[in-house]
Amino acid sequence: MAGSAGVGILASDELCYGSAAESESVARLWLDKHNKCFGQFVNGTWNKTEGRATVDVKKPTTGEKLATVLKANDEDIAFAADNSKQAFKSWSELSGHARAQHLYSIARNLQKHQSLLAVVEAVSSGQPTRETRGLSAPAAIRYFYHNAGWAGLMEEQMRGWKPYGVIAIVVPAWLPLVQMAGKVASALAMGNTVLVIPPASDPLSCLLLADICSQAGLPAGVLNVVTGADVMRVAAKDGLDKIVFAGSASEGKALRQMTAGSGKDLSLEMFGRSSVLVFEGADLDSAVEGIVEAAFFNSGQTFYTGSRLLIQETVYKAFVQKLKARIYKLTVGDNLDKNVDQGPLLDDQTFSCVASLVERAKAEGAEVVQACDLSTVRQNSFPPTLITNVQTSSEIYLKEVLGPIVVAVPFRTVKESVTIANHTPFGLAASVWTEDLTVALEVAALLQVSTVWVNGHHMYDAASGTGASKASGFGRTGGKEGLYEYVKPSWQNRLIFDGEVDKKFGSASSPNLLPGAQVASGGSSGDGPGVDKTYKLFYGGGQKRPDSGASRPVLNRGGTVVGYVPDGGRKDIRNAVEAAVKAVGSWSKKEGHGRAQIMYYLAENLESHKEEYAALLSTMTGQELSSSAQEVQQAVQRLFYWAAYCDKYGGDLQETPFSGFTVKRHESVGTIGIVCPDEAPLLSFISLMAPAISRGNPVIAVPSGKYPMAALGFQQILETSDVPAGVVNILTGDSDVLARALAEHHDISAVWYFGSEAGSRYMEFASAGNFKRTWVNYGVSRDFSSPEQGQGPEFLYQATASKCIWLPMGTIFAN
Amino acid sequence: MAEHGNLGCEYDESFFKDVRINLPAVKRRAAELGSRRTVKKHWQADWQLRAVTCIDLTTLAGDDTPSNVSRLCFKAAHPVSTDVLKMLQVDHKEITTGAVCVYPNQVTAAKESLKMVGKPSIPVASVATGFPCGQTALAPRLEEIKYAVNDGATEIDIVINRTYALAGNWKGVYDEVRQMKQACGSAHMKTILATGELGSLNNVYKASMVCMMAGADFIKTSTGKEGVNATFVVALVMIRAIRDFLQRTGIRVGFKPAGGIRTAKDACVWLSMMKEELGDEYTNPRLFRIGASTLLGDLERQLYHFATGVYPSVVEMPLG
Repeated sequence: MAGSAGVGILASDELCYGSAAESESVARLWLDKHNKCFGQFVNGTWNKTEGRATVDVKKPTTGEKLATVLKANDEDIAFAADNSKQAFKSWSELSGHARAQHLYSIARNLQKHQSLLAVVEAVSSGQPTRETRGLSAPAAIRYFYHNAGWAGLMEEQMRGWKPYGVIAIVVPAWLPLVQMAGKVASALAMGNTVLVIPPASDPLSCLLLADICSQAGLPAGVLNVVTGADVMRVAAKDGLDKIVFAGSASEGKALRQMTAGSGKDLSLEMFGRSSVLVFEGADLDSAVEGIVEAAFFNSGQTFYTGSRLLIQETVYKAFVQKLKARIYKLTVGDNLDKNVDQGPLLDDQTFSCVASLVERAKAEGAEVVQACDLSTVRQNSFPPTLITNVQTSSEIYLKEVLGPIVVAVPFRTVKESVTIANHTPFGLAASVWTEDLTVALEVAALLQVSTVWVNGHHMYDAASGTGASKASGFGRTGGKEGLYEYVKPSWQNRLIFDGEVDKKFGSASSPNLLPGAQVASGGSSGDGPGVDKTYKLFYGGGQKRPDSGASRPVLNRGGTVVGYVPDGGRKDIRNAVEAAVKAVGSWSKKEGHGRAQIMYYLAENLESHKEEYAALLSTMTGQELSSSAQEVQQAVQRLFYWAAYCDKYGGDLQETPFSGFTVKRHESVGTIGIVCPDEAPLLSFISLMAPAISRGNPVIAVPSGKYPMAALGFQQILETSDVPAGVVNILTGDSDVLARALAEHHDISAVWYFGSEAGSRYMEFASAGNFKRTWVNYGVSRDFSSPEQGQGPEFLYQATASKCIWLPMGTIFAN
Repeated sequence: MAEHGNLGCEYDESFFKDVRINLPAVKRRAAELGSRRTVKKHWQADWQLRAVTCIDLTTLAGDDTPSNVSRLCFKAAHPVSTDVLKMLQVDHKEITTGAVCVYPNQVTAAKESLKMVGKPSIPVASVATGFPCGQTALAPRLEEIKYAVNDGATEIDIVINRTYALAGNWKGVYDEVRQMKQACGSAHMKTILATGELGSLNNVYKASMVCMMAGADFIKTSTGKEGVNATFVVALVMIRAIRDFLQRTGIRVGFKPAGGIRTAKDACVWLSMMKEELGDEYTNPRLFRIGASTLLGDLERQLYHFATGVYPSVVEMPLG
């Protein structure tokens, strides 16, 4: 075919495409302009300090050296961070409109250089130009346009929130251009300055993006890029306020542990595999094309690669047959050739990982269908591969590896498909293929992921957030939901903490459990023993004795014992979590009106016992009875407030350019462990518990360690207010022990910790076990009586997780 | 294809009753057809020449007379100027369009013209059955086929009964098309679905299947007279039906998009779609035709450009 002179018309039946290579010249010109050597991009200039180690950036298809970048050392990182900090002063002072103009200018300039962006991304990352031209470059531009709007609307739409300061954004090696653009645009819109850490092996498109931003007039220092830097060393630097990480779970874990307790906030999105569910009522041929997109886009190296293929048994054979026929048509080769469906993998390591996985699957009896023979593809390429004859316990189904492999398994019923898809610690995206609306909507609602596409895959837009759930993290990119990664409550000050994680935190219970003084009772001394109110733990809808069989004295401010509460421990937490997990499904699915009724009932019952609770508060804390009465009153008010929110925060419709509906749902997070502070012991407990259950999350609450009786006593209100078993569980004991048990339990989805600095540090550290969301106070007290600090959008944000469901529409094509 | 082409099979609803077509997803696939594959340089010239051989060069107008039909036939016999073919070093090849396509009344004129130009082997296709609307009784529609065949048409482009199709009377459509096939005798039958009037892609698929069961040798998108003509979206659905029919019966049925295909670039995308979705054997005139009148002009112009490096003025191309 190639090289044949003249036209070969009718020479054979076969029409050949020949080669159609995209010209690299525009990328080469840009590289030449920089003499193929890039310094650190800091303060609007290329900083090439002498004597730095270098990294060669190679073209994945050939291994050819494209450029040299410098390896940042600690000094370079510190310099960049300081510079970002300086720039924050003026950037954050700009009006929203002024920032909007800057972002708009960036979008316009990116558009001007769209071809350059697409070609540089393709040349350096190995992604097919069809994809970089068709998706990556336009998506990057769209993020800036969309977020220019948010910058202008911030004062109105994000009232009560302010920028963090300096945000370090760690860009993954998969689709670096889009990843960087999405995060940087939101961060800048909200008034932060940004320090970008591009992927070490392929920083070119990130550098180009920064170069264009600078030419668009972005003030120096607002966007800095540090190449070749060790992510951990960057994260350790002072002067950073938040780290936004997208990458591997192992790196994410190390980052979570290292930054624990530092006061630097952390956003995590970690890659994994997503599921594609094909039901019998699907357009099977379109679903086949959907798999081609889902599994083989960028050789399967994306955050949302759909490589677990679940097919309903009734159409399994027919579907697999169609898919096989399609896979044989796919082509692998030079990613700059327009006729190539798939280019090379990122590097040797990815290749050998994928190749050996497939080899082992073959050895275990899997049937392997590939677009072409492995021996016929060039360096580091791996052909699109379909694996059948395996099951959900097979290594190739389970392993979280990115590559062009799709593993098909059958299922019997809709319910079973959801069970299989959700049976993973991770949660990123999924696609659902069916023409049956009721099936599509139910499955979309039940899948524990952040994005569900119905009859499509890999649809993205800046107006709609993508992100991670469960052990994949909790970050969001895009949409209004993505903005919350880049803002914090306006009243909060910057907190900086030094120190090490105390790994023994909460590992042993404090003593002081021996018999002490008699409980002070209402009567005067000498009248005989007072009536001893016996508190029990409360979980699973009933009063339970602690596993330890011990109690803890509660002392008033004067040191007199005013009561005893049970000394709960790890085993009690375990039991309570079991109870809460049982309640998760029904409580999160209960309609808002039903939850609201229960919460109003709680408020009503608390109100009718207000004197009793006020007296109890005063007995414990020694505060004036009038203050206690006010605290109870505020607690009632707060229950009303959150009862109101039960049916008023369901989500909204997002205005993406696709025909159809993109629905954002605010879903529950899951079981939340709450450790309450000592201040305002009843109000703080109510202020934290109420938003959680309002938005459908069962709660395991640990009341104030010092003054636990009012919150623990709330169980009597719960018991008389129709709260379903397991929805609110209250455990007293050594707060540190209980907090540790919560943080280390993998069935807990989030921990809200309002205690000591050391405790906060440990919560963040231990959360890395299952990447539960954490909300901690670093030992700084919060005024729960103020509406600003004690209720509002921050609580809503913490109590919900957004999920976007894409519902394309249309049957009308002609008359 | 066998002598009598597709003999069809018994009416069987299971061929199409469970079909579910998702328009947005088909649109996405249609949109990437032209971007996942492309053809350049001398390969492109190859494809353009192939496209020429797949054209049913068409005139279907009220003012058709023997003189313009004859002009059409001469052009069909020499679709690309000899100079260009020489420059491309393919002047030794027999390059003609796939057929000429006319109204029944012009079949005789067409046959004579082709004989005159020395290419009597070029098939004359005639539309029939009350083209384009089909709104006459069955008997005259069948009669029309026989008339055209009798005059020498070897290919008949019939229109299906949209009244039946929209009412869901697929058996009615089948029975009619079956009789039309009989009326065609040994002439190849192309069934025009008039997809722009079928209302849904599910109906497009059903109509495709019903026609193939009834013996269609080609299924064709449109008459060129509906509001919506040959689109990639509709084509993908018809092609899927062709593939499914092949799988169930082992019978290869051809595909003919018609209406609105005007550029050489488009023609290459159509060929590429046939290659990708059905295979190489579906990229030649035995199984692929393009119903077009102005497309040839652009193909010739692009070939001229490839051969000479210069874009010709319209008047430099022989009038067809």
